[in-house]
Amino acid sequence: MPIKSYLAHPEEGQKEALIAALSKIDHCEVIPSENKDLLIVVTDTENKTDDEKVKESIETIESLKLLAMVSGFNTPKNN
Amino acid sequence: MQNSLTNRRNFLKKMAAAAAMTAAASMFPGIIFASEQDANLPKGGNLDWKKGPCRFCGVGCGILVGVDQGKAVAVKGDPNCEVNKGLLCVKGYHQIMCTQAKDRLTHALVKKNGRYVQTPLNEALDIVANKMKETIEKHGKDSVAMYTSGQSTIPEGYVASKLMKGAIGTNNLDCNARLCMASAVAGFLTTFGADEPMGCYEDIEYADYFITWGNNMAEMHPVLFSRMLEQKNRRGAKIIDFATRTTRSSTASNKSILFEPQTDLAVANAICYEIINNGWVNKSFVENHVNFSKGLTNMGYGVEDKYKFNDKPTKIDYEAYKKFLEDYTPEKVAKYSKVSVKDIKYLAAIYGDPNKKVVSYWCMGMNQHTRGTWMNNLVYNIHLLTGKISQPGNGPFSLTGQPSACGTAREVGTFTHKLPKGVVMNEKHRRLAAKIWKVPYENIPAKPTYHATEMFRAVDRGDIKFIWTQVTNPLVSLPKTSRYRPGMQKDSCFVVVSDVFPTPTSDVADVILPASWHIEKSGLYGNSERRTQHWDKMVEGPGETTPDAWMTIEIAKRMGYGDLFPYSEENHVEEIYKEYTQFHEGSKHGMAPLEVLKKESGVIWPYVEGKSTQWRFNAKYDPACSNDKDFHFYGKPDGKAVIWQRPYEPAAESPDAEYPFWLNTGRVIEHWHTGSMTRRIPVLHKAMPEAYVEFHPDDAKKLGVRNGEKIKVSSRRGSCILPASINERGLPTRGQVFVPFFDENMLINDVTLDAFCPISKEPDYKKCAVKVEKA
Repeated sequence: MPIKSYLAHPEEGQKEALIAALSKIDHCEVIPSENKDLLIVVTDTENKTDDEKVKESIETIESLKLLAMVSGFNTPKNN
Repeated sequence: MQNSLTNRRNFLKKMAAAAAMTAAASMFPGIIFASEQDANLPKGGNLDWKKGPCRFCGVGCGILVGVDQGKAVAVKGDPNCEVNKGLLCVKGYHQIMCTQAKDRLTHALVKKNGRYVQTPLNEALDIVANKMKETIEKHGKDSVAMYTSGQSTIPEGYVASKLMKGAIGTNNLDCNARLCMASAVAGFLTTFGADEPMGCYEDIEYADYFITWGNNMAEMHPVLFSRMLEQKNRRGAKIIDFATRTTRSSTASNKSILFEPQTDLAVANAICYEIINNGWVNKSFVENHVNFSKGLTNMGYGVEDKYKFNDKPTKIDYEAYKKFLEDYTPEKVAKYSKVSVKDIKYLAAIYGDPNKKVVSYWCMGMNQHTRGTWMNNLVYNIHLLTGKISQPGNGPFSLTGQPSACGTAREVGTFTHKLPKGVVMNEKHRRLAAKIWKVPYENIPAKPTYHATEMFRAVDRGDIKFIWTQVTNPLVSLPKTSRYRPGMQKDSCFVVVSDVFPTPTSDVADVILPASWHIEKSGLYGNSERRTQHWDKMVEGPGETTPDAWMTIEIAKRMGYGDLFPYSEENHVEEIYKEYTQFHEGSKHGMAPLEVLKKESGVIWPYVEGKSTQWRFNAKYDPACSNDKDFHFYGKPDGKAVIWQRPYEPAAESPDAEYPFWLNTGRVIEHWHTGSMTRRIPVLHKAMPEAYVEFHPDDAKKLGVRNGEKIKVSSRRGSCILPASINERGLPTRGQVFVPFFDENMLINDVTLDAFCPISKEPDYKKCAVKVEKA
């Protein structure tokens, strides 16, 4: 049951497009950041396979310049 | 039950978001304020906050680690710690994340038929002890060596010294602090007869000027630099950056002055010339508290094996010193230092103004220098001539790079020439060590053996046949690794490496021992301002990970020295500390008792009658002063400090037609030393994923080099390919390139030169000659 947080750096001028694209992905929450150049993304999935799928989906977004993982927690099932 | 589990999951989700928010807020300048840390913490968590020092640099920030169900899940700056007052840098804030790395060393590994085989720890320790014993029996006690660290805890350093010097009877113990602090130690001892700064960080609150000598504090000591910036903004204190490269520190300072590499020696002398020439000498201070001396010159650079040098001090008088300085008028020095006459006079006027308080800060720029001891002496000269020393806001202050370079390497004494009190050459000091260690006095040899560089040369030559490294990664951090890596790979030497993660050094080990990380054990560090910091074990380490101190004790027992190491596994840290503090009893170096250290976020020594001494050698603050004068430099027999006549001499290797660029190496804010921990912290690794070679834009243009283009940097020792960086993090002067050394995939130390200061034996990583070409 992985929970991960990322910093998502948008391509120049494409922050809104990145928010829109991220919002469409299941198990993925977008949080605005004090640092206006970045977005914070938290993923919460059932298992490692789903986690990898979500990450792959995020990385295919064209308005995304760089995705940097900040932290990851793995909780036991049913938590 | 389901409700509490859901709550826990929500809590972890908030923790993950909080970590990202803080990281986002801290991308520049790399400092995270206490209020931001607290604001980002999720509400409703039930964390148990445990105090300790940060794992990384020598600043010694206090941290609070949030533990949830036996796991460390958060870090914040300790608001009660006088060092950082709740601040943390990006490395400190994210430190615990490295423990989640998948490649953590959790069990002992023994090389069998060319492959590493997981082995029970007890069995691996048997192999190490037997090999060490067998090597001593066959080749003598000087055929075995230990190489430890300024990141070793005080108990770890203490038992290593006791095993090698007291039990086995060899001085083959040195540490990586030789690579970063030895010149500062030699500087303190030659000038004051006592090691470590006389002031403390509280100087920041009082100084009118901060002069940083070759020191990028914004990246290397960011929490202290932010305290300086606060004083700059709040009360107009000024920061003057004196360096060979424009950095984040330069841009945040009031003034940046650039100099040609190695000419800091000449500029320091020119400042002294100006102080004397303008009548700014504090005459009564100099008359009462200072002697003048000169030493040998043209000492060489130690580039040849088995190089030996012993300085021969001769007393001189003020007039002779004044005459010597005539070669260092601002006009003469400006010609080769590339510092203008105006700027030299500007610096001298700051130090010379009796109404301005000045602190000088330095770290690797002055220490990693083939004349590092001299450079330290020269800055002390400036402060001694003006009497600006040992007072709040006035003083020279050498910063350390590692969390216990002072506490362990210097105070416990894990150098070949050192003992927990004093040096092996001194009979009185050997007798004291023998008494406390309960070993025959004759066990401790009176002659030092190998300093770090010479130790690895001896491995390469086949003179050392067994080496055990702890808490350090020499095959990334030594100079000229192009020689020492093949040296360590030779069959002639059995290599034991204790570490938390695999490194290029563990790659050549015969046995790898799995060490506990920082918060997985109890320990004590000592920071740059003589502050001793204790922490209790906070979480369990994985697998068979074990504290380094305990592994050393286990080896000692297996070698038959059990009676000298009667400590218990549960309580060995406390037992060792109590034994160790006997060495420092008295008002000059008394250390706080453990019960005080457990309560406080670090305590400065000398700790006398329940009180820390913040400014040593000043009778107003230091109870050890006993000469009935206002200052007493009691490290010297006559109570006087020494102004040293030290000339400018060129670097060991300078650019020429074949190798036309200076190579300067150093660090970046995101990574700690060789990156073995910080490159395993995702946010830091992503922020600075690889090393690079910085160019001045004019040089890049001339060579047709573009940003990101692969460049081969070569010297007479080796080469390294890195992407070019132009006008990004730092800006070297024309004719110089800069490369950070944290990246084990781009080993710039294959290129550097193993020349060192003949007095301190500290290598110079800041100056050698290279050529650059497109790869």
